[in-house]
Amino acid sequence: MALNRKIAYIDLTTGTVEAKPIPVKMRKQFLGGRGLDAYLLYNHIKPGVDALGPDNVLLVSAGVLVGTLASASSRTHVAAKSPLTGYFGSCNMGGFFSPELRFAGFDHLVIKGKAAKPVYLWIHNGEIEIRDASKVWGKGVRDTQEAIREELGDHEIKAMTIGIAGENKVRYANVMTEIKNSGGRTGMGAVMGSKNLKAIAVRGTMDIKIAHPAEALEYDKKVISQVTAAKVSQEMGKLGTLFIWGATNSQGLVRTRNFQLNQLDESDAIEPEEFEEHTFGMAACYGCQVHCRARYVIPDGEYKGVYDEGPEYTSIGAFAGEPGCRDLTTVLAANHLVNDYGMDTLEVGGMIAWAMELYEKGILTDKDTGGLDLSFGNEAAVIEMIHRIAKREGLGDILAEGPLRAAEKIGKDSIKYQIHVKGMSALHSDDRPAPALALGIATASRGADHLRSRPAIDLYHLPEPVLRQIYGQPVPYEGPLTSDYTDYEGKSWQVFWQEQCYMAVDSLGICKYHTIFLGPNFPNFEEWSKLLYYNTGLEMTPLDIWNVARRANMLERMFNLREGLTKQEDWLVDRYFDEPTKLGIPKIRGRVIDRDKLHKLIDEFYGFQGWDTKGVPKPETLKALGLEKEPSHQL
Amino acid sequence: MTKQLVIDYEKCTGCRLCEMVCSVKHEGVVNPARSRINIAKWETKGLTVPVVCRQCEDAPCVSACPTNARMRDEELGRVIVNYDRCIGCKTCVVACPFGAINWDPLARKVISCDLCDGEPQCARFCETGAIRFIEVSTANKDRQREAAGQLLESMQKPVQPAAR
Repeated sequence: MALNRKIAYIDLTTGTVEAKPIPVKMRKQFLGGRGLDAYLLYNHIKPGVDALGPDNVLLVSAGVLVGTLASASSRTHVAAKSPLTGYFGSCNMGGFFSPELRFAGFDHLVIKGKAAKPVYLWIHNGEIEIRDASKVWGKGVRDTQEAIREELGDHEIKAMTIGIAGENKVRYANVMTEIKNSGGRTGMGAVMGSKNLKAIAVRGTMDIKIAHPAEALEYDKKVISQVTAAKVSQEMGKLGTLFIWGATNSQGLVRTRNFQLNQLDESDAIEPEEFEEHTFGMAACYGCQVHCRARYVIPDGEYKGVYDEGPEYTSIGAFAGEPGCRDLTTVLAANHLVNDYGMDTLEVGGMIAWAMELYEKGILTDKDTGGLDLSFGNEAAVIEMIHRIAKREGLGDILAEGPLRAAEKIGKDSIKYQIHVKGMSALHSDDRPAPALALGIATASRGADHLRSRPAIDLYHLPEPVLRQIYGQPVPYEGPLTSDYTDYEGKSWQVFWQEQCYMAVDSLGICKYHTIFLGPNFPNFEEWSKLLYYNTGLEMTPLDIWNVARRANMLERMFNLREGLTKQEDWLVDRYFDEPTKLGIPKIRGRVIDRDKLHKLIDEFYGFQGWDTKGVPKPETLKALGLEKEPSHQL
Repeated sequence: MTKQLVIDYEKCTGCRLCEMVCSVKHEGVVNPARSRINIAKWETKGLTVPVVCRQCEDAPCVSACPTNARMRDEELGRVIVNYDRCIGCKTCVVACPFGAINWDPLARKVISCDLCDGEPQCARFCETGAIRFIEVSTANKDRQREAAGQLLESMQKPVQPAAR
C-alpha cells in the first residue's frame, strides 16, 4: 500500500545506508513530506551546526499522497538547516521526482555527512547506491540529468540535482528536477553542494497499492472537476502564473525598482499576453489537470532557440519589475539561466535590484561592480549579474551570500535598502496595502515567504459569510473576519488558518494551487480526509489533519527558537512602515503598514498558536499536541 | 459505429494521469510500468506523446502471435489477448510498430489497451483533449475543418486590403 514506503538513512562520510519502515503511528502524527520532515529535522540536527558543514542533515521526501490518484499530488519536499537564514530551511517543488522516489520504494531520505569527492545517489526498486559524480560535477542542471540517464541507460530516470550555483554554495542555490521544477528559497542546493552530493537519481516499478481503487477513481474525478471548473484554474492553464502579473501590476501591488515604486507604469508595462507568441502549449506536473507551466523557446539574443518552461509571476517580478526592465527576452533568458544554474529566482532578482539601488545611491560604484553599469533598467546587467552570482565572480561573490551577509560586507547603510525577513528576500509583491499578506511574510517559518501562510484570497474581497465558511472549519472560529484586504481585523486568524492549510498539503504532497490559495471553493480539509482514506486507507478526520499541521508547524517554530530566533525577527524592514506606496489605484496608493496594528496582529497570531508573548510555545500547547517530549528520537 | 482512442500529442501536457488511472483501473495500483498507456517524453524539447495501442485492423501483433492468443474483437473494435493461450513469449511486444504492448514486470504477462471494455479511463480523465474516445470516422473532422479554414483564408488573401 501507499504507506509501506521506507525511510532511508544515508551517511555520505561512511558510505552506509540503512532503510527502515515508517510506523503508522508516525504517519498519523506527521503524515509525510514537510510534516514528517519537521519532526526529522528537529530530531536529527544538533543545535548550532554549520549549515554548510557535514553535521547539517539534508531531508528529501514525498508527501503521503504522492503517486496516488489524489489530484496534483506531485510534491517533493527538501529540508535542512538553511545556509541563508540559519533557521528552518525548506523547499517544496512539483514535477515527477517524488512519485518516482515512491515507485522506487522510498518516502523519506535522511542524508548525513559529507562525501570525500563528488557523488550521486542511485535509488531503484528498494536499492540505494552511492556513485561517482566526477563526470557530472561542473555541469548545469539539464546536462547533469541527461548525463546520468545516459550513464545508467534509462530515459525514464528522474533526478534531483544541483547546478553550478549549488556547487559554488551560493546561499540561495536550488535543488532542481527536470528543467524547471525548482526547490527554491533557503538554499537547499547549497547544502547539497556542501555535502559533495550532485544529484539523486530515482527509478522504480514498484506498485503503489490504492486502498479503495473504485472509490478513489470516482472521488478523484470529482475533486479534479472542483479545481478545473474554476475560472482561475483555467486562466492558470493558459499561460501559468504570468496572468497574476497583469492583475497585480495594474492595481499597483508589485514592488518595482527594489522597493521604490509599486507598479511598472504604462510606458514600460510588460503584459503577460506578450509572452503568448513565444509559447507553445502547456506542461503539467504529475497527475495535474491545471497544467500551469508554459513551454517556450527564447526568440532572440544570445540564447535564441533554447527551450525552457515556465516564466512565472516571479520571473517577471524578479527580472523586469524589481530591476526596472521591460524586455521579454531578458525575462525568458534570465528564467532559463537561473533554472540551469539552479538558483532561487526571487532571491537573485531581489539581490540584483538591491545592488541596483545601492548603485543609484552611490553606495556601490563602478569600482565595486568591475565597471558594470548597474543602473535600473539595464537588462544586459541583469543577465551578467546572474552569471557572476552563480560563478561567484566579483560583486556576484558578495551577492551570493544573501541579504544579511552581503549587507555586512558592503557596509555603509546598505542594509537599509534590503527587503528581507529573517535574512531571506521577499517576493516582489507589495504587501503594504494588505496587512494579512504582510503579517504572513513577517511570521513565516522560513523568512519572507508567501507560500507558508499567505491568505492570497484576501485580495478577492469575498463576502463575510464565505470567509466564515472557509475559516470556520475544521476548528470553530467566532472572531472578526473582514472582506476588505486593507483592514487589520481578523487577519491574524486568516494567516494562522492558512499556515495549517499549507502545512497540511505540504505533508500530503498536494500542490497549493489545488487549495484555498487560489479559489474559495477549492479542496479543503474535508476533501483531503477522503482522498487520504480512499487512496491509502488511513482514517483521519479533517481535525486530525489540522492537528498534524499544528504539530509540524510547532516543530518548525521550536527548531527556529532553538537556533536563536527571537520575536524581533517576526517583523518587517522599515520601508514597509515609513515609505507609502506611490502608484496604483486609489485604494492602494499612499499605504503603509501601521507598526502598532501589526504588533497587535502578531500578538493575536501568537495567541492562536498557543505561544507566549515572546513567541515561544507554551508547555500546555506542546502537551496538547503530544510534543512535550521532543526530540523523542522515534525515527 | 466504432470508437477509438484518438491522440493529439500537441494537447498533451505530460501529466501522466492517463497512466495512473489506467493502472488503477486494471490492477488497483498506481504503477506506470503496469499501465497500458505511456507517455514518451523529450524533456529538453518540451515534447510529450501518449503511446497506446492503435487497435490495428490488420495487427502485426495478431499476425506475429505463434499461439493465436491475440485476436481482433470486432464488437468493440479492439485487439484482445486470450491469456489461456498466451505463452508469454513477448513476440507481440517486439512486433508492435508503436511499442504499445508492455510487459508487466510484476504479473509477468503482456498487457495492452483493452479500451476498458468500452469506457477508457484515460480519455475520461484527460481534460485537455489529448486523448479522446471518439467515433473513428469522425476523428479527422476537426483537423479537416481547421485545414479547410486555413485554405479558405489563403484564398481570400488577395482581396483583403494590402495594409495591415
